[in-house]
Amino acid sequence: MTELAITRAAAAPGPSAAPPLVAVEDLRVSFPASGVEAVRGVSLSIAPGECVALVGESGSGKSVTARALIGLAGPGAKVRASVFRVGGGDALTFGPREWRRVRGRFAGLVLQDALVSLDPLRTVGAEIAEVLAEHDVVPRRARPERVRALLEAVGVPDPETRVRQHPHQLSGGLRQRALIASAIAAEPELIIADEPTTALDVTVQAQILRLLADRKAAGTALLMISHDLAVVAAVAGRVLVMKDGLVVEEGPAREVLTTPRHDYTRALLAAVPSAPRPSTSSVSSVSSVSSVSSASAVPRRADGPPAPRAPVLAATGLSVAYGSRRAVDGVSFRLYAGETLGVVGESGSGKTTLARLALGLLTPDAGEVSLRGGPWSGLPERRRRPLRPAVQVIAQNPLDSFDPRHTVGRLVADPLSALPRRRRRERAVELLGRVGLPPELLGRRPRELSGGQRQRVAIARALASRPEVLICDEPVSALDVSIQAQVLGLLAEIQAEDGTALLFISHDLGVVRHLSDRVLVMKDGRVVEEGDAGEVFHHPRHAYTKELLAAVPRLPG
Amino acid sequence: MTAALPARRPTTATPAEPPATRPPARRRLPGLRAPAWLGTPVRRLVSAVAVLWAAATTAYAALLLAPGDTVDILVGDGADTPEIRAQIVAEWGLDRPDAVRYLSYLGRLLHGDLGRSYQLQRDVAEVLAGQVGPTVRLTLTAAAVGVVLALVLAVATAGRSVWPRRIVSVAELVAVSVPQFVIGIVLLFVFSFSLGWFPVSGAADPQALVLPALALGLPVAGVLGQVLREGLERALEQPFAVTARARGLGERAVVARHALRHALLPAVTLTGWFTGVLLGGAVITETLFGRPGLGRVTMQAVSAKDMPVVMAVVILSAAVYVTISALLDLAYRLIDPRLRSA
Repeated sequence: MTELAITRAAAAPGPSAAPPLVAVEDLRVSFPASGVEAVRGVSLSIAPGECVALVGESGSGKSVTARALIGLAGPGAKVRASVFRVGGGDALTFGPREWRRVRGRFAGLVLQDALVSLDPLRTVGAEIAEVLAEHDVVPRRARPERVRALLEAVGVPDPETRVRQHPHQLSGGLRQRALIASAIAAEPELIIADEPTTALDVTVQAQILRLLADRKAAGTALLMISHDLAVVAAVAGRVLVMKDGLVVEEGPAREVLTTPRHDYTRALLAAVPSAPRPSTSSVSSVSSVSSVSSASAVPRRADGPPAPRAPVLAATGLSVAYGSRRAVDGVSFRLYAGETLGVVGESGSGKTTLARLALGLLTPDAGEVSLRGGPWSGLPERRRRPLRPAVQVIAQNPLDSFDPRHTVGRLVADPLSALPRRRRRERAVELLGRVGLPPELLGRRPRELSGGQRQRVAIARALASRPEVLICDEPVSALDVSIQAQVLGLLAEIQAEDGTALLFISHDLGVVRHLSDRVLVMKDGRVVEEGDAGEVFHHPRHAYTKELLAAVPRLPG
Repeated sequence: MTAALPARRPTTATPAEPPATRPPARRRLPGLRAPAWLGTPVRRLVSAVAVLWAAATTAYAALLLAPGDTVDILVGDGADTPEIRAQIVAEWGLDRPDAVRYLSYLGRLLHGDLGRSYQLQRDVAEVLAGQVGPTVRLTLTAAAVGVVLALVLAVATAGRSVWPRRIVSVAELVAVSVPQFVIGIVLLFVFSFSLGWFPVSGAADPQALVLPALALGLPVAGVLGQVLREGLERALEQPFAVTARARGLGERAVVARHALRHALLPAVTLTGWFTGVLLGGAVITETLFGRPGLGRVTMQAVSAKDMPVVMAVVILSAAVYVTISALLDLAYRLIDPRLRSA
């Protein structure tokens, strides 16, 4: 019984003999209501057991392409193609009934975040059983047993308990596994995975990628959609790079990712901020550890300016508990002018709580934060407020931290209330100029800006009060890689000009590595490793840091 | 161009990280915390008692603070004889100190004694008892009409083609914006006077319930329908609805098994609120359709200044609201498992 759930018929014929599962030529998807042409002539074929990846930035049309293959391009979508064969049938003639037979049975869909991609009001078991019932995979009596077997097959421990739980009661990794279980319940020949690991921590991402690779090894074809080239490299055999609704480059993954032909692919690859591999020889890393003093609180940078003696922002023994859970537990750090202190860790490690402590938005249960050697966390709000301009924040999603009704001009000028009105506008234009935005944007509202422009506006607003410390909490996590690189470059530039100190928080080791002088690695509210960025990334001492680094998917070559 | 695309960008790289998912940083002394299972029911009960107490006290304060002699007020427009005055002074303890008077009033209420109407020369409980039945029947039928109509219309039109949706939207808007008595008069005119399908007044047979229930229920259906449809349409765009479609479910099954439950949450809140409001709306409807009921009794009591009856109605309404909100709370927990474990 379990066997059935794990593997497809092993006697699959060779890929050359079998007809492709999906064969599409000149696929065009448009949304007449909004006048958008999302896909403008894509050709794609997927052979049985093959893993094809669609790569591109947001708005490239990759998701729409993939969803069009199961007739779910979106409400009001107009789909045309010269050839459109799905699962051996001519999809151009499919009515609702035929599409429903394709969905779930021929192709299973795995979306980004199982917290919202599984119905949050229903149990995990009910969600999986729904597929079994819809396609009458097994008789009703056998369904509970099959659901358990499926959960077991995707590596969910204790399936007896899990079937009765709701998505919010499962960890991110388990949820995603359950979502995959529901996608493969009717033993489809194709899994369409749309950003299946984007919402996950890197260690969990590695597990889910392994699981998908296992499915592929068991004979299921995989269409993987991702913005992350390194993730794609881990599983895909063939890669299609999409831009503006067109495929700009296509070929074997190894070739495309190592010797790209198209400029856009090259730009994408160049923009990936990568974390270096940890030293391959464990012996050398051990020996180097012994030579480095663990109490290296003062940054040693060969190329950087000598660090000033007094830190701008310093924390000692910070602890905060939410209920019985210690979100931050005995954390100390020092941040010097002109340097970047990176903070890495997975979700729940206490990074954001640390940011709130540093901003003086949260009072620590124990420990203290001091600003320029004076008190900060201990001050009453009334006395802290005059000092606030010195410590500014850049949040992950500026759309949430902007008032959507305010114009860019008003947002940026918000901290400038001390200036006369006329001067305020001048300064706003000046600030926009610094972050590389034209003054025409002053009258726009956040929704009318692209993701990269929004983050630039957020930076301009943070700079308005000439801060000494910038706290960046996942500032580029919501951005495409090419935009990421630009924003990171801008932050580095500002730091070099103003000598601003950056507390740079991210789950993305590559991004942190890119910008940081020193790094704190956090786990469960504690700092498990701290030191010079190069040192931590090349010769990690703590087992958890090593695990993190090992889990980062890498580009070949 | 990106804005209109359904393609989703990876917005949240660390979903468990935003502070919204965390319990608020509320710090309580560990010794004072009630066990989780006890916490909510106890808190509910305490607040329910507090609401009832506040209602009873407000009614009492209105009686005492009204200009003029309290005995005069309690007599109202009724027969004013020395015997009745003596009876009032004795029953309300008007010859005793204020505190004792107030406490004996509360004590009386605690025993379920709502006092006596000196105009009607009957116990208030007795006066109301005969009227509760018809009103509850009317209110519940109207609520049911509203809910069923709203559900049918919302499910039939959510995410469907433009025209039926527009027509239903307009109908809902009309039902909401036209005053109840106008709806009632139109219904009476068409179905009683012209067509003669339903009786003009009375509450004798079940047929007499149809028109008043419609008059009362249509505005509810209007508002509820809009809320439900909006909820359904939002739910149908969520990733879990996409997942459900990708399993091969038909659109009807996606609505019934997935979207509807999500849309119900805000609708349940409204339904509870409406059921309370319906009790008040019953005044007009009952008068218009010549039905017996609490609404008419209240009207009569107010216009005849029969204070004991009015006070009892205030307390009764508070009790109804408290009960409804307790039921709502239960309904939320049934619908949304995330509230159970929280």
